[in-house]
Parts: sequence; C-alpha cells; structure tokens
Amino acid sequence: MSHIEHPPKSGSEPKETEHYKRHTISILVENKFGAFNRIAGMFAAKGYNIDSLSVGPTEEEDVSRMTIVTRGDDQIIEQITKQLNKLIDTLKVVDLTFENFVDRELVLVKVQTTQSTRPEIMQIAEIFRAKIVDISPRSVTLESTGSQQKVDAIIKMLKPFGIKELARTGRVALKREFQGEV
Amino acid sequence: MSTQKATGTQKQGRMMTGAEIFVRSLVAEGVEVVFGYPGGATIGIYDALVDLSDIKHVLVRHEQGATHAAEGYAKATGKPGVVLVTSGPGATNTVTGIADAFMDSIPIVVFTGQVSLPLIGNDAFQEADIVGITRPITKHNYLVRDVKELAKTVKEAFYIASTGRPGPVLVDLPKDVMAHKTTFHYPESVEVRSYKPVVEGHPKQIKKAAEVISTAKRPVLYVGGGAIQSNAAPELRKLAETLQCPVTTTLHGLGAFPENSPLAMGMLGMHGTWYSNVAVSYCDVLIAVGARFDDRVTGKVEAFAAEAQKIHIDIDPSAISKNVKVDVPIVGDVKRVLKQLNEMVQRLDTKDWLATIQQWKKEHPLRYRSGDAIRAQYVIQKLGEITGGDAIVVTDVGQHQMWTAQFFKWIHPRSHITSGGLGTMGFSLPAAMGASFGRKDLPVISISGDGGFQMNSQEMATVVEHKLPMKIFVINNGFLGMVRQWQELFWRRRYSHVGLSNPNFVKLAEAYGCTAYRVEHSSDVEDVIRKALAHKDGPVFVEFVVEQEDNVYPMIPSGQTVNEILDMPDPVLKPSNGVPEESLMTVVKG
Repeated sequence: MSHIEHPPKSGSEPKETEHYKRHTISILVENKFGAFNRIAGMFAAKGYNIDSLSVGPTEEEDVSRMTIVTRGDDQIIEQITKQLNKLIDTLKVVDLTFENFVDRELVLVKVQTTQSTRPEIMQIAEIFRAKIVDISPRSVTLESTGSQQKVDAIIKMLKPFGIKELARTGRVALKREFQGEV
Repeated sequence: MSTQKATGTQKQGRMMTGAEIFVRSLVAEGVEVVFGYPGGATIGIYDALVDLSDIKHVLVRHEQGATHAAEGYAKATGKPGVVLVTSGPGATNTVTGIADAFMDSIPIVVFTGQVSLPLIGNDAFQEADIVGITRPITKHNYLVRDVKELAKTVKEAFYIASTGRPGPVLVDLPKDVMAHKTTFHYPESVEVRSYKPVVEGHPKQIKKAAEVISTAKRPVLYVGGGAIQSNAAPELRKLAETLQCPVTTTLHGLGAFPENSPLAMGMLGMHGTWYSNVAVSYCDVLIAVGARFDDRVTGKVEAFAAEAQKIHIDIDPSAISKNVKVDVPIVGDVKRVLKQLNEMVQRLDTKDWLATIQQWKKEHPLRYRSGDAIRAQYVIQKLGEITGGDAIVVTDVGQHQMWTAQFFKWIHPRSHITSGGLGTMGFSLPAAMGASFGRKDLPVISISGDGGFQMNSQEMATVVEHKLPMKIFVINNGFLGMVRQWQELFWRRRYSHVGLSNPNFVKLAEAYGCTAYRVEHSSDVEDVIRKALAHKDGPVFVEFVVEQEDNVYPMIPSGQTVNEILDMPDPVLKPSNGVPEESLMTVVKG
C-alpha cells in the first residue's frame, strides 16, 4: 500500500504500537534569534504532537540543543525529521529512539505536609534519592532527577499527600558513547 | 555562519549608513528591479535610492501588488524578485504574496522597514512583528539588529531564496539600523553551515531508477514546476523521447514539455485531461519529476497510480514520501539527475501503450460547447493558435485559470505563470506586470476573471505609468465561476453570493489611461486578439463577455478517483431555425 495514513490530529491519542510510538529527537540548532520559535512553530503548524521539549546551551557557545519527545507512526516521524532538517537554523537532527541513549528529567514538587505526614514524605524522598530543597511548616519541596518513569513514580507516590505545585523540565538526552553491549 | 572573502564593489574605509549599504548591496547582487512602496520606516532607504540609479524602482499601488510582481518577475526570468516596503501595514500587506511564493517555491526577497530597535515591542506607530507573522510562510527570515550584519544578511537572503527548493526570504530592517554607520563589504560568496542543499542525486538511486524504468511497459512521466525551476526542459524532452514515454504535467509543469509533441498528454489532476488521468491510473512505472503529489493532482491518494512503481526526483527531501510513498526516491536537482539518468536508459517498447493513449485522446478529447455566446475556452484556444505558444501567459485563479491550462498549447518553459498552491485571486495583473519588467522578448498576457481582476486592479495605474506592452484580458462571466460550479454540482445549485455586480470594465481601464475593448460576439474574438497583440504602445485591455454558466470539465471531484471523473455531459442541441444552437468543439493535445 502506498498511501500514508495520518492518525487523527486531534481527539484521543492512539495506542502505542510497533509503528506508532514515542520518539526522543535531539536537535542541534544555531543559537539565533527566533530559532526556538521556528521549531516549536513548525510542530504547531504541521499538527505534530509535542510531549515535552527542553532547550539549553551546549559545549559550543553558538549552538543550542533541543530535546523533543513526540509521537507518531514511522511516516510522521520521518516527516518530522525532514521538516526539522529543512529549517535553515538546524544543524543536526538525531532520532535517539534508534540509538542507545541516556535520558534524564528533573522535577520539583511542593507537597503539603503536616507534622504527622512529614516523616513518611522524607522516607519516600530517601527511596527515590530525591533532595529536599525547601521546607516550611506546611510544605516541603522535593527535587528528583531520573528517567521519565522514575519521575512519574515519585509524583504518583506524593500525590496522596496533596501536591501544591509541580514543575518538570521535560526530557534531556544524549546518545551513549558505546552502542554495543552496555 | 558566513565566511566573508573579498570585498564587494566598494573600496574599504568609507563609513556609510545602513541605508546606503543596503542599496549598494542590492546593486552588488545584480538586482535590476525593485517593486516597492515607501513609508516612514524606509524613508532613509528611499533617500539612498535617489543617488543610486542603477536600480529601477517600481512604485506599486498596493504592497500585495509588489509581492506578486516580484513573483511574476522571478517565474518569468528565473532570477529572484525583490520587494521593498515599509513597516506595519506595508509589511502585513505583503503577507499573501509571501505565502503564495512559499507554496509555489518562488524565489523572492522581501525587505520590510521596521520601527527602531528600542521601540520594538512597544506597540509603536506602524509596528508589526513581521518576522513572527511570516515565520511559517517564509523559507527563512531575518531581523537585522546590527548594521555590521547588514550586507552579509542581504547576501544570505538572496542565496537562501534562490538555491535548493527556492522560496521567499524576508529581511526586516529597523529604521535606526539603517541610519547607523559602518564600512561596506559585500561578501562575494556565502556559506551557511546549517544549510547545504543536496543537488547531486545519489548514483545508486539513479541506477536503481534506470533499472525500474527498463522494466516498464506502461510508463508515465509526471512533471511538475521543479523541472522548470531547474531549467530541465531539454533533459526532460530527451528522456521522454529516448524512452518513448508519455508526459503529463501539473499546473506548474505546463511548458516544461512541448504540447505539440505526440507524447504530450497535457495537464493531469482535478481538471486535467481524461487521458492523462486514466494513463496515470493504468501506468506501471510513474516517474515524478519535480512534482509534489499535491491533492489537486492525486485526488484520493490510495488510488493514485496504485499499480505503479514510483520514482520521485525532487530537490526537497521533505517532499518525498510526504503524501504518497515512493519506491525510488532521488533527492537532487532535477536537471542534474535527468542528465545522469539519460545516460543510463534506453528506448522502451511502448508502441502499444502509446497507441492506447492515442485512442483515448480521440475518444475523450478536451471539449467545450460553442454557440452564440462567447466561450472562454474558445478565447484561450484562439489566443494559443494566434500566438503559437510564443507568449508569457499569466493567469489568476478559478475557471479561466483551468481553461487556460487546458486549451492553450504550452510550448516553452516559463511561458505559464499562475498561483497554484495558495490559489490567490488577484495574482494575475501584478504578476504579469512583474513578468513584463523582466521579459521583453515575448508578449505578456494577463488573464483574469471578473472577480480576481478586481482584487488587484489598482495596479492598472502602475502598468499604464510604465507603458508596459501588456495585454490584459478579463474573462467576464458575471460570476465567481468556480465556486458557482461547485454550488451547481455539489450543493444543489443553491447559489450563495457568487453573482458579481461589476463596474464597466472598459470605462475603468480607460479611466486609467489604457486602450480598452469589449468583445461580446464569438465572431469578433479573433480580430480583437490580433489587434491587442499588434498594439505596441503601452498596455491594452480586453473584456470578453462570456457564457455565464459554463463548467470546467473534466473534473475529478475533490478526494475522489479517476473512476469518478465527470466528463462534459453531451450537449443538448436545440435547433432554432434549423441551425443547431450549440455545437461541440473538441481539442486534442499532442
């Protein structure tokens, strides 16, 4: 079949299958005025999903790295990488999904506390090797880093206590140096 | 990042304003014509233009006219078109033309004035974030924040607009930056490290394509605007003739292959010829050349050339497998790829296939009815016959556009200019004006409907001012004909706001100082066309009053397949005084 099926661009999200899944795409871009907008705007204009997007400087002063987590079938992902490459400011696009890579995310969670719940929260923090970065009589703020699953897990554990505020960075990722047995 | 090598035309050392550097950069770039409109933010640039007369500045009457004129100039000449407008409304008025150039891959560079850097973001007078507004409709755009970056940015803008898959580039020029001073160096070459278009096709892929072609029994060449953009008409002709392969072109491909060749099948797609659409659906190898599988071409994509192995040659990697998955993609410049392919292919045995197509051409020619009222198709056919295809024809959008594509016999590349992707009504008159500034070798003919003509008719003043030897044809059927046709065919003939109450077009043209004719009888059509073509002293305007409710056939309804093609219903011949009121004209291409 030669027809390319595009899943509905709005509405319910299709289930992940072998051909429709989450991809982590790493993009090196010229650190120029408007470069970030061009990339984010392209995703919006073409109707592609962005699950998370993080951007920051790299070892080269005039280059930024963007890490985008997106979803789609093989053809959509192919189009996304082509459209990213088409933008003039893009230096390099790598779909890490096909590589061995490390990824991390950081979360800050401000949890409601009482005297009685504080020890339990501290215990959870210890299990997840999270840091306590702020404390007050009624709340405690935890910092945790790890894979997306780990971050999801600590949030789930803290939820019953009442999450007052939460901030996640989105995923950052780098290709592993050794691509063989790791 | 750009590398600056030698200095430009100017000796180093003298301090100049940004405005002067800008104008000198255009001269160094070889710009001959600028389409523009001055304003507060560009007053410094316009002052610099006074002393530098190497560039012809054309004062348009609306900034949309400037962008379309630049498009027409670029399409007719192959050189980038240049626009210069002021900030705010001047800039936003260029948006439609920029979007049009983006959809049709036309190299234009648009320079917009901007408020001074400290005022940006303050809702200053005539401020608009034009870089933000045009980000999704430009190939690239810039805001020049430092006068030292100016010359390099101009160089990059022209380079990016005209290389790879061409497109519009916008450069925003803040007023204070144009007053700041520095020395002038125009870089001779440019290198953008993040932009390296692939022009050479991969040898393995070309070889693979040649292998697939060698197996073909029913091949079809499907040719788009990319073949014209890369000046590949000779290579294309050689390939078609070597293979003995029939050729169909898209709207933008018209002229890439001469329609007086027996291999030509005319246009394909929604209003393409019956036989080209049927040939594509029966072909076993489809060779797509600089075309992008647009929905107006494919209809229902699953059914488009469903039997065929598909080869796709395109300079833009993102055009490949975007709508239709192809078997052999080749990324590269069409001309270069075809040259290499030509060395690897041999004549195919397509005698039966060509005979079948010939039969289809006889059975299902392009047809129209002729009677007392003038038929637009007849006007176009006569124009084609009288000019012999030696003209640059610039159409607008709608029925007349499709009839022109169908009934004019296209011979030369760059002889057909239209708004395809965006479908911008009001395109023809300013685009033809731009073409007329760029090409003096052929007559330039603007064809519009009565609706589209009124969308940019203000440019009549510019045309007359410059005494351009243009022929301006308006096909007046008193309707927004294409919408009316859809309402007739698909909306139970419930006509909603498609009838036009028009001015007296001849008086309007005369008010601008233009010679004008109105043609109301078929018998006068030929004479007036000849008279218009012979008119050398400035523009001439002709209104053809045509049949009000005529339809464009054949038609494949949107999103459907060739099986659902609507060919023209057989005419009901109503005898009056023993003479049939209507008769059927047929036209076969190739």
